[in-house]
Amino acid sequence: MSVDTLPPQLPTDAERGEEPPFRILMRAFFRSPVAVAGLVLLAAIVLLALLAPFIAPQNPYDLNQLDIMDSRLPPGSQSMAGMTYWLGTDDQGRDMLSGIIYGLRISLGVGVSSALFAALFGASLGLLAAYIGGRTETAIMRIVDLQLSFPSILVALMILAFLGKGILNVVLALVIVEWATYARAARGTALTERRKEYMEAAESLAIPRWRILFVHLLPNCLPPLIVIATVQVARAISLEATLSFLGLGVPITEPSLGLLVANGYQYMLSGMTWISFYPGVALLITVVAINLVGDRLRDVLNPRGRE
Amino acid sequence: MTAAIVRRLFQAAMVMFAMTVIVFIAVNVIGDPVDILISPDADQIERARVVQALGLDLPLWQQYLRFLQAALHGDLGQSYVYNEPALGVILQRLPATLELAVSAILIAIVVGVPLGLYAGLRPDGIVSRIIMTVSILGFSLPTFWVGLVLIMLFGVQLGWLPSGGRGQTAELFGVQWAFLTKDGLAHLILPSFNLALFDACLILRLTRAGVAEVLPLDYIKFARAKGLKETRVIGIHVSKNIMIPVVTIVGLEFGSIVAFSVVTESVFSWPGMGKLIIDSINVLDRPIITAYLMAIVAFFVIINLVVDLTYTALDPRVRLQGEGS
Amino acid sequence: MNAAVLEVRDLRTHFGAAKAVDGVSFSVARGEVLGLVGESGSGKSVTGFSIIGLVDPPGTIVGGQIVFDGRDITHSSREEMRALRGRRMAMIFQDPMMTLNPVLRIDTQMIEAVQAHENVSRADARARARDALGMVGIPSPDERLRAYPHQFSGGMRQRVVIAIALLHRPDFIIADEPTTALDVTIQAQILAEMQELVAQNNTSLIWITHDLAVVSRLADRIAVMYAGRIVESGSVSDVLGSPWHPYTAGLIGSVPSRNRRGERLHQIPGMTPNVARLPTGCAFAPRCARADAMCAQAVPLFTAGMREHRCVHPLPEFRK
Repeated sequence: MSVDTLPPQLPTDAERGEEPPFRILMRAFFRSPVAVAGLVLLAAIVLLALLAPFIAPQNPYDLNQLDIMDSRLPPGSQSMAGMTYWLGTDDQGRDMLSGIIYGLRISLGVGVSSALFAALFGASLGLLAAYIGGRTETAIMRIVDLQLSFPSILVALMILAFLGKGILNVVLALVIVEWATYARAARGTALTERRKEYMEAAESLAIPRWRILFVHLLPNCLPPLIVIATVQVARAISLEATLSFLGLGVPITEPSLGLLVANGYQYMLSGMTWISFYPGVALLITVVAINLVGDRLRDVLNPRGRE
Repeated sequence: MTAAIVRRLFQAAMVMFAMTVIVFIAVNVIGDPVDILISPDADQIERARVVQALGLDLPLWQQYLRFLQAALHGDLGQSYVYNEPALGVILQRLPATLELAVSAILIAIVVGVPLGLYAGLRPDGIVSRIIMTVSILGFSLPTFWVGLVLIMLFGVQLGWLPSGGRGQTAELFGVQWAFLTKDGLAHLILPSFNLALFDACLILRLTRAGVAEVLPLDYIKFARAKGLKETRVIGIHVSKNIMIPVVTIVGLEFGSIVAFSVVTESVFSWPGMGKLIIDSINVLDRPIITAYLMAIVAFFVIINLVVDLTYTALDPRVRLQGEGS
Repeated sequence: MNAAVLEVRDLRTHFGAAKAVDGVSFSVARGEVLGLVGESGSGKSVTGFSIIGLVDPPGTIVGGQIVFDGRDITHSSREEMRALRGRRMAMIFQDPMMTLNPVLRIDTQMIEAVQAHENVSRADARARARDALGMVGIPSPDERLRAYPHQFSGGMRQRVVIAIALLHRPDFIIADEPTTALDVTIQAQILAEMQELVAQNNTSLIWITHDLAVVSRLADRIAVMYAGRIVESGSVSDVLGSPWHPYTAGLIGSVPSRNRRGERLHQIPGMTPNVARLPTGCAFAPRCARADAMCAQAVPLFTAGMREHRCVHPLPEFRK
């Protein structure tokens, strides 16, 4: 740029202070009201999911509590027993509100656990690739590239086609879909970190390799991985819902949000929209809340990732 | 340049070969198709006859060689369900998927590029902020759920558009197309918008980021200093520079759109390859799954190749490097 | 010297609280070369962009007048300014690597510049472009027209840019450090060529630079900027020969010179001030050895013949 650059407004020493980095990050995070709203929403959703048995009006998995006479009631209807179905009921007479709260549990559980396992697996491979280098690195990164050149839905679809339905299979499929993203990110940051002085110092002190890898390198690669993990949880939840909607995800006995939507699909054309609509809204809010938090985390932890 | 193309072609062939192995092994892990194909009443002899006819009694590696040899001749097996060559069954559905995917990518470009340009040129305007917020939503929303809402709104509540199926088709080049008839076009609108949403948002954000990056550069300022009209500065100087990443993404995302048509086709009962593969997975029609996978891998490999070549044509700097090496 | 082709009166261009340009006045006569000198951040480039109406947002011209050829263009419409830019006033930027659009061929970028202001055929515009390239010393211009910018060296690119600036024989050209990014030998060539070209066309030139050596070779008059203001101006020989403002003296002192070999290079203590928090008085006072309480008050403009300065403790005794 040929325009004279104005001197940047550096924080004064008082502003910079002696605060620990974590506190500074927190402060930066809370400066965005939208992100705080997302965080509050997310906290509420997580609480709802954790405390489902105490909050939900009904246990939707307990067939004894369901009354087939109450099936497909619109929102606000009274049950035969006098209870109010605030969000209506589905075709088995299940209270949609309870179904959604329990569905959240499945969706969040699948999303978080798959992201966690994928992060562990992917990041380890990525770090190894960066640290060992040579053929190992080439081989790992080739697989990563190949994997990433195919759309996630396609890969997940095929794995589930081979393995069949079930929560564990879904988690496994999501892990296989997602690990490559972590591997690439971990390798990228590890390569930049490796060039830094503290790594040279650690290596010159003849500290064992595994210790350098996990005690020195890994913690410094965490921030970008955390950001990716947040976004990936949302993606995983969304993908699980899609797979369940297609009939390849979780079993019908313990429906996730996606499956609830799918169950209502056939009734939608006859005007009973609530069966599909409300679980969809719950799914949407969850995914948006996570993305809002993730977006802000990325801004705070990784300023260069933003334009 | 030619050497680069040959190298890319070789890479593509290697990927295809690797995929045949993966696909074959993976497909053969699925449960025994004999159970599905033969009625439980069939006697032992009947079973044995079918097993032998399908070659299911051979060792896996022999089955693979048979498969590979046949695949090279375009034979990916006989669909258990349709009793026709699997590749043929897939290819019959290809036009439906193709017209859906193409119209989706066109919509994504027509919607995404202008809105992205607008948001990039007026980053602080209220309209731009609304556009950007909506685009975040567009990213977050699962495709199937948007499809349902579209059906609910335009199909059920308003009754403006048909909510499923492909409608009437007409023939062109010996293939049936829906977009040639008024009825078919009406059926095409909702699914293609549904499929377009994600990529429209992606292209929008990419365009905006590109504009934000290019706009403060000296050569844009110099274009203005030459006294060029703003339409030319934006239309030629800015656009040509941001077209490179946009074209790349459009190319790469085309494959992704074809993959995600699985979801949209299921929601809107669109009789394309996507719906076929879901149905086939549910009945374990192995040859169809194999054929679909091979077709889609080939498709991806071709797309990547085309994107690379287009990229070269667009950016003179890349072209020069290619000539130099 | 005849009437001023450009007159800037009390120009103020602010970026929010940052007063990048804050009360700049100067005029340029037809055919005259003015050297606008200052450190980066002094507001000299912003002054240039203000004149041609291309200040980047959030910057805005909040006060003053820009009078071009007897007409106040400060509040001209965008279309009026566009019609002037490139035709009657041109600008050359610092980095020739960044000035030409990398994905457009040279002919495209030159023909469009011709056609932006004149209703001529493509072929005619192309012929004009070719002649202009020949004029700035680019060999086989016909062939080079079909090339892309990356196929040129830095010096050649800057020549292309100069050719574009000269396409319409403008009344004046603002050159924003156009040789800073080039090799020294190329720099000298381009300086000489530029000098000759503007002399031929009787084009005025505002040469923005931090390099006093360049100014002393090229300019008729010099204006020294500091923190958004012109602190001293006058003929090159006067100002460089006997500076009145301590800042000018400091600048001259920090130029390496053959005569003072072995001596320690003088440097101005302190740093350039933040233009968002300027004092009421002299902005240079915190770095100035001569400063006292009087410098904290607003400094008026002192005029002596053709020379002007803004310092309450000028340096009359400074002699080389």
